[in-house]
Amino acid sequence: MLPLEPHLRCSYAAAFVAALIDPDGGTPAVVTGPRGKAAIKRYNVYRNNVTVSLIDAVAAIYPAVQRITGVEFFRAMARFHIRATPPTSPLLFEYGRDFPAFIEQYEYARSMPWLADTARVERAWLDAYHAADVDPLSAATLGSFPPEQLTDLVFVVHPATRVVRSRFSVVTIFAANRGEAPVDRIDASVPEDALITRPDLDVVVRHLPPGGAVFLTSLMAGRSLGEAAALALDASPAFDIASHIAGMIEAGAFTAATLEKQDGH
Amino acid sequence: MNATTKLAASAAIPLRFPALPIGALAGTSFKHEHLSAIVAEGAQRGFFEVHAENYMGAGGPPHRALEAIRRDHPISLHGVCMSIGGERPLDRAHLARFKHLVERYEPALVSEHLAWSTHETTYFNDLLPLPYTEATLRRVCDHIDQVQEAIRRPMLLENPSTYVAFRESTMSETDFIRAVARRTGCGLLLDVNNVFVSAINHGFPALDYLSDFPLANVDEIHLAGHAEQSDDEGEPLLIDSHDGPVADAVWKLYEIVVSRCGPVPTLVEWDSNIPDWPVLKAEAAAAQAILDRCHILGEGRHAAA
Repeated sequence: MLPLEPHLRCSYAAAFVAALIDPDGGTPAVVTGPRGKAAIKRYNVYRNNVTVSLIDAVAAIYPAVQRITGVEFFRAMARFHIRATPPTSPLLFEYGRDFPAFIEQYEYARSMPWLADTARVERAWLDAYHAADVDPLSAATLGSFPPEQLTDLVFVVHPATRVVRSRFSVVTIFAANRGEAPVDRIDASVPEDALITRPDLDVVVRHLPPGGAVFLTSLMAGRSLGEAAALALDASPAFDIASHIAGMIEAGAFTAATLEKQDGH
Repeated sequence: MNATTKLAASAAIPLRFPALPIGALAGTSFKHEHLSAIVAEGAQRGFFEVHAENYMGAGGPPHRALEAIRRDHPISLHGVCMSIGGERPLDRAHLARFKHLVERYEPALVSEHLAWSTHETTYFNDLLPLPYTEATLRRVCDHIDQVQEAIRRPMLLENPSTYVAFRESTMSETDFIRAVARRTGCGLLLDVNNVFVSAINHGFPALDYLSDFPLANVDEIHLAGHAEQSDDEGEPLLIDSHDGPVADAVWKLYEIVVSRCGPVPTLVEWDSNIPDWPVLKAEAAAAQAILDRCHILGEGRHAAA
């Protein structure tokens, strides 16, 4: 980064931002109203724009969390978050990655231990939405490999694919709260793993059957099909490889398969 | 592979878009909730403006929507967070993304703001004001030079709406903007609503601002709605809210501008409380009627220049 020119060391920007997201900060001395008028309310327009627009940005990323908590609770929580962790990128669809961890630590959200994982699914949903467009691996392509070599296959993960594992009923909670329909009572205590994909235009969130998360995350880490299946079977004795392969193809979780084994595994 | 998936895999071989003229057209902000209504109408007279940052993701529905719009219409690519008025060097990664969008969508117009939004590592998501001094003038010109070198074409710089002034300013906004245009060769985007908002907020006649503004360099006009609050003295403080119809007073100013600088592409911005498509379309039609009247009267481009 270039050094600041000497005349800019006394920075208008540093002075201006000092109280932008600080509720206790005063109006910077560098600004004024016209003809000596005060600038308190005038400066507050900027403070309000910054805070409200960033809270709106968080709300746009986490609509299900907002529906669960209610708007007032959500906006108070988001306000604390934007002050603690303001965005560092001008791309607001990249913002809020620290919000699930913030929720976990947020005192008033402790009675909703499933809330942070719900947020993780929503963050993954938005990543999938903006991910690069790539055609997913087709069943025909997979079927072109000789059956005896299938266990040696390694897969290229689709840019949209995400797995979120949870001790809570996170897929059910997510699905029930992303829409407008009334939500029935949900037993939050059933562990659910989510697979998020976008094979074409629409993001799809699936509830993975037992063993599925271990299977897919192993494949995503570059393990072979045989290794991933063995790990999944260890984790979940009922694991059925055929249905899981069919499921990952249907979901569009991968873009290609190859027999070349990657280094390090 | 069907047509849509072919489109999806188009990153390697970009779509070729027609070079559609934008002169004397009225347009609107492009909002995704209007996509199906716009596509259903087919090619229409007019153009669409998009905020560049909304299309800086790798793929997905935003690009699919913009491709669909761009096939039949000229677009204006409007950057919101380059921080041209900031103290720090431009974000090279952001500039590269911006350049890539210009190459991919071949917009008829490319614009950015005389404002800043990032300082040190924080992005504030608002168009923040700057003092007008020789030092900031040099800095802004350097930044615009960098942008124009990157995109290999002139950009348009938009006049801001502001709520405060800086004590250290040594020149007027219009003098500042004129000097920027002269030094960098950039065009100007005259936001008539911003002129009106700033005129009320700072207590100067909007017509004086327009008289001082280098209208010959204006290649696009913005219109938008504003909201009213009050300042510490209880006097009106206008907020550039983009959340409603264009005010009557702004329409009047717009007619004066068009009568002086001829029919310039004109965009109606509407960014929150977004109405149904016919409402926004009607605002653009009102601007188009003024442009067409000006055209018929034979007031050529830059007649007053």
